[in-house]
Amino acid sequence: MTTVLRLIPLFPFVGFLVNVFLGRRLSKRVSGGIACLAMLASFLVGAISTWTLVQRPSDARVVDDTVFLWIASGDFQIPLTFRLDPLAALMVLVVTGVGFLIHLYSVSYMHEETDGEYARYFSYLNLFASFMLVLVLGANFLVMFVGWEGVGLCSYLLIGFWFKKRSAADAGKKAFVVNRIGDFAFIVGMLLAFREFGTLDFREIAFEAARLSPEVTFGLISLMTLLFFIGATGKSAQIPLYVWLPDAMEGPTPVSALIHAATMVTAGVYMIGRNAALFSLAPITMDVVAVIGTATALMAGTIGLVQNDIKRVLAYSTVSQLGYMFLAMGVGAFAGGIFHLYTHAFFKALLFLGSGAVIHALHGEQDIRNMGGLRRDLPITYWTFVIGALAIAGVPGLSGFFSKDEILYRTFAGGHTLLWTVGAITSLLTATYMFRLVFLTFHGERPESAGSTAHHGGSDHGHGGGHGPAHLHDAPPTMAVPLVLLAIGSVVAGYVGVPHALGGANRIEGFLEPSFHPVAVHAPAEAGVGGGHGETAAHGEESPDADAHGGASVELTLMGVSSLIALTGIGLASVFFLRRRELAQATAARLPAVYRTLLNKYYVDEVYDATVVHPIQRTSERVLWKTVDAGMIDGIVNGAGAFVRGSAALLRLSQTGSVRVYAASIFIGVLLVVGYYLVR
Amino acid sequence: MDNLQAIMPMLIVTLAAAATMLAESFRLKDERMPLGGLGLIGLVGAAAASILLWNRNTTSFGVVQSDNFALFINFVLVAVGILTILLSSQVIDREELPAGEYYSLVLFSIAGMMLMAAATDLLLIFLALEVMSLAVYVLTGIRRTDAAGTEAAFKYFLLGAFSSAFFLYGVAFTYAIVHSTRLEAVALAVAGRSDVSGPLTWLAVGLLLVGFAFKVSAVPFHMWTPDAYEGAPTVVTGFMSTGVKAAAFAAFVRVFLSSFEPLRGEWVTVLSWIAVATMVVGTVVGVAQSNVKRMLAYSSIAHAGYLLVGIIAGNASGKSAILFYLLAYALTNVGAFGVTALLATRERPRGDLADFAGLWHSRPVMAALMTIFLLSLGGFPPTAGFVAKWYVFGAAVQEQLYGLAIIGVLTSVVSVFYYLRIVVLMYMTDSRAEYEPPRLTATGLATLGVAAATVFYLGVLPARVIELATRSIDTIF
Repeated sequence: MTTVLRLIPLFPFVGFLVNVFLGRRLSKRVSGGIACLAMLASFLVGAISTWTLVQRPSDARVVDDTVFLWIASGDFQIPLTFRLDPLAALMVLVVTGVGFLIHLYSVSYMHEETDGEYARYFSYLNLFASFMLVLVLGANFLVMFVGWEGVGLCSYLLIGFWFKKRSAADAGKKAFVVNRIGDFAFIVGMLLAFREFGTLDFREIAFEAARLSPEVTFGLISLMTLLFFIGATGKSAQIPLYVWLPDAMEGPTPVSALIHAATMVTAGVYMIGRNAALFSLAPITMDVVAVIGTATALMAGTIGLVQNDIKRVLAYSTVSQLGYMFLAMGVGAFAGGIFHLYTHAFFKALLFLGSGAVIHALHGEQDIRNMGGLRRDLPITYWTFVIGALAIAGVPGLSGFFSKDEILYRTFAGGHTLLWTVGAITSLLTATYMFRLVFLTFHGERPESAGSTAHHGGSDHGHGGGHGPAHLHDAPPTMAVPLVLLAIGSVVAGYVGVPHALGGANRIEGFLEPSFHPVAVHAPAEAGVGGGHGETAAHGEESPDADAHGGASVELTLMGVSSLIALTGIGLASVFFLRRRELAQATAARLPAVYRTLLNKYYVDEVYDATVVHPIQRTSERVLWKTVDAGMIDGIVNGAGAFVRGSAALLRLSQTGSVRVYAASIFIGVLLVVGYYLVR
Repeated sequence: MDNLQAIMPMLIVTLAAAATMLAESFRLKDERMPLGGLGLIGLVGAAAASILLWNRNTTSFGVVQSDNFALFINFVLVAVGILTILLSSQVIDREELPAGEYYSLVLFSIAGMMLMAAATDLLLIFLALEVMSLAVYVLTGIRRTDAAGTEAAFKYFLLGAFSSAFFLYGVAFTYAIVHSTRLEAVALAVAGRSDVSGPLTWLAVGLLLVGFAFKVSAVPFHMWTPDAYEGAPTVVTGFMSTGVKAAAFAAFVRVFLSSFEPLRGEWVTVLSWIAVATMVVGTVVGVAQSNVKRMLAYSSIAHAGYLLVGIIAGNASGKSAILFYLLAYALTNVGAFGVTALLATRERPRGDLADFAGLWHSRPVMAALMTIFLLSLGGFPPTAGFVAKWYVFGAAVQEQLYGLAIIGVLTSVVSVFYYLRIVVLMYMTDSRAEYEPPRLTATGLATLGVAAATVFYLGVLPARVIELATRSIDTIF
C-alpha cells in the first residue's frame, strides 16, 4: 500500500513520455489508447487505494508514500511524499475518473488533427493529469507546488494548442501572466509558513496550528493565509484574477472540461481545504475568502446571463460556481465546499463535453445565436446536457442540489445573511443562464442564415421553415459514453451527502472531516463515518446545533427556498428564451447600459489593459530598455552608425562614446558606493 | 613537493593548456588534431586531483588553499569546461576559429578561475582575476573577422581594465590599513581592532565591492554584459557567463564572508541595494529583448542578483545555497547557450528569437532540451533552478530579509516571461520554411543530454549535492 501511491501520478507520466517521444510514429489509435489506458490504470490504483483506506478506522485514514528525501540540509527537510487521506482520495477519484472519461471523449473529438498533433495533444493531457495528481497527493507545500506549477504550464500549453489561431495564443499568454501573480503570492506564503512552522508538511502544520488560537487582529497567520488565497484566486479564477479563464476557452473543448472546469481550477479550493486548520486560525482571511467568493459568484453569474458563446457562458458559470466553493471555505464549511467541488466536476465536465458535441456537430460553430432546435438531431447530447443543467441549477434530487444547499445552509447558519442572500440570487442567475443556453441551443429553430454570424440573439424567431443543415451527427460512441456516464454521475453523485435534515447521513462530511482537522494518531476518534454525528463545524463559534430539531426545520425551509429559486430561474428562462423571445430583446433594449456592461464583462479586461498591462509594457520597452539599454547602447551605436555610415574612423568614435557611457555608469556606481560610506 | 599539492588542479589545467598550444604549433596545415581531447584530459585530471585533495585542506605557498570550498568550485569549473569543449568543436569547424588558441585560452582562463577560488591573498586574487579575464577578453573577440565580436571584446577589455583598477585600489587601501594582503591577516586585523571603521576602510571595502560587482555583472556595473555576451561566439558566452561568475562569486564569498565578515555592518546595506537593482534591472530589461543571447545576458544579471541575496543572508544555508546555485546555474546556462550555439549557422550566427520559431516541429529534441534549460532558469520545479532559488530565498527569510526575498521571488516570477517566450515560440509557432536549423550531432546531443539530465537530477535529488555544498562551506568559515 505504501509504495502504491506513487503509481497514481506515474501512469499518466509514462503515457506522456511515450506520446512525446514516440508520438509521431504512432497511429492515432495507439497514442490515444495509451493515454486513456494510463488514466484508467491510475483510476484503478486510486480506487483500490481508496478502498483500502476506507477499511481503516476513521482516525487512521492516512497513508504516506515517501519516495525519497527531496531537499535536506540540517534540520531543514522536505521529503517527496505522497499522502492519501479522505480529501486526497476524493480528489484522486475525481481527477482520474472524470479525467479518464474526458480522455476517452478526446479520442473522437480530436480526430481531425494530424498524427503528430494528436500525440502532442494527448501527451500534454497526460502530463497535466500527472501534475494534477502530484498536486492532490502532495503531502507538503513544496510537492503541491510542483503540481501547482506543472498544471499551470500544461494549461498554458493546451489553451494555446491551436496556436495558429491568434486568439488562442493570446489567451494562453493571458492565463500565464495572471497565474504568475498568484504564484508569486503562493511562494511568499510558503516561505513565511516555512519560517513560522519550520515545516511545510500539511499535517505537521495542522498540528502546530491546533496549538495556536485564532488571530483576532491581522497577524502573521492572516498574512500567510491571505497570500495563499491570492495564489488560489489566480489558479481558481476569482476576483481579481479571474480574467484568464473565459479566454482559456480558446483551447480544445475537452481541455476546457478537464482543466478549466473539473480539475485544475478547483486546485485553489482544494488547497484551502487542505489547510483548513491553518485558515481557521485567520478569521480575517476567512471573511475575505467568503466575500471574494460571493462577489465572484454574483459577478460571473450576471455576465454569464448575456454571453453568446456557448463555451463562454459555461466558463463564467465555472467562475461563478468556484465562487460558491470559496464562499463555503470562507464560512468554514470546508466539507460543503469540497462536496460542491466534487459534484461540480461531474456536471460541469458533462456540460462542457455536451457543448463540445454541439460544436463538433456544427463544425466549429460556438455562437448560440446561430443554434437552435438541435434536440432533434442530437438527442443524446440534448438529454445529457439537460441533466447537467438541472444539476447545476440545483433542482432537487440531482447532485448540485445537495452540495449547493449545503453551502447556502451553512452560510445562513453561520449568520452571514447578506452572503446567503447574494448566494441565493446567484443561484437564480445560474438556473436562468443555464436554461437560456439549453433553450437557445436545443429548442426553437436553427436560423437559416446560420453560419453567417452577423445577427442578433433571438432574430431567428418566427423562421418556421429553417431546419438548418439536413442532418447533423450526434456524438459518436466514444463521445456518447462519457456523456452518459457523466450524466449518471451528475444525478447520483450527490447522494453521498444527503443532509441530516432529509434523513441522510451526510457521509461525505464525516468522511472528509479528519482531513480538515487532523488529529495525532493516538488521539481518540471523533467523527465516525456514516454515524449519526457527522457535524463537526470548523468554526467553534458557529458550531450550530444544526442536527438538532431546531436547525433541521431551518434547513428544510432553506431547501424549499432554494428549490423554488431553481425552478423560478428555469421558469424565467423559459419565458424569456423559449416562449417569448422578443421579451429578452425588449429588456436588453430597455436597459442598454446594463446590457452593454454585462456583455462587455464589466469592462474589466479594458480596465486591466489600461491600468496594468499597457503601463508595464511601456515601462519595460520604452523607459527601461530604451534608456537603460538601447538608449545608451544600441541607440548611440545605431544612431551614430547611421549618421556616419561608411566612415570607419568616425564609427569607432561612436563606439568609444558608448564605452564612455558604460564607464561613466561604473564610475557613478563607484561614487554611489563610496559616497554612501562618506555621507551616511 | 608537498607544497605544490594545493595548486595541483590548476597546474594540471595549465599544463593541458600549454600542451594544446604546443600541439597547435606543430600542427601541419589541414591536419586534424584532437586538441579538445587534450583539454578534456587536463580537466579530468584536475577533477581527479580535486577528489584526491578533498577534505585535506592543503595549502601552497601560504596563499593558495585547496579547501573543500575551492574544490567544490573546481568541480563546477571542470563541468563547465568539459561541456564547453565538447560543444565547441562543431562551432570551431563552422566558424573556422583557430582551434589551438581557442582551447588553450579556455583552459588558461579555467586555471585562472580555479586559482581565484583558492587564493587567500588579495593580490593573488587580483592576479588570478587577470589571468582569467585576459583569456576571456581574447575569447570574446576570437572571431577576428567579425566586427561585432571585436567591438565587444574591446569594450569588455576596456571596462574590465577600468574596474580592475578599482579593485586594485581596494587592495591597496586594505594594505594601508592592515599592512598585509593575506586574507587571514585582514580578518584578524578587522576583528581585533576597533579603530578600523574609518574612511580608509570604507574606501577599501567599497572599491573591492566594485571590483567584484563588475565581474559578477551586478547593477550598475553590468553595462558590458549584454554587449560582450552578444558579441562573443555563443559557446564562449555560455562559458564566460558561468565560469567567470562562479570564480568571481567564490572569491567574493571568501573575501566578504570571512575576512570582512566583522565589517558586515559596513557593506551589507550597499550590497543589498546593489542586489535589488541587479534583480530588478536584469529582469525588467530582459523582458524587452529580442535576441536570445542578449536576453540570456540579462537573465545572467538577474541571477547574479539572486546569488548576492545569498551573500547578504550570509548564514550557513545562504553560503551553501550559493555553491549549489552556482552549480545549478552553470549547468543550466551552458546548456541554454549550447542549444543556441548549435542552432546557429554561418549565415545566422546571432541567435535571434525568431530562429526558435517552430523549433519543436523541425528539431524536437533541441526544443525539448532548450525547454528544460529555460524552465530551470525560470525556477520551475522540479529542476535544479527551482531548488537553488528556494534555498537562496529560504536563507534570506531565515535572516528575516523579507524585502529581499520578496523582490527575489517577484523578479523570478516575472523573469519566467522571457524564458517562456522562447518556449512559446518553439512550440506554438510554425517553423519558417526558409530556415532549416542544423541537425544535432551525436556529441552535441550527448553533451546537452547529460547537462539536462543533471539539471533534473539536481532538481529531484539535490540532497547529496547540498550535503557536499554544506560541508564545503564548513572548511573555511
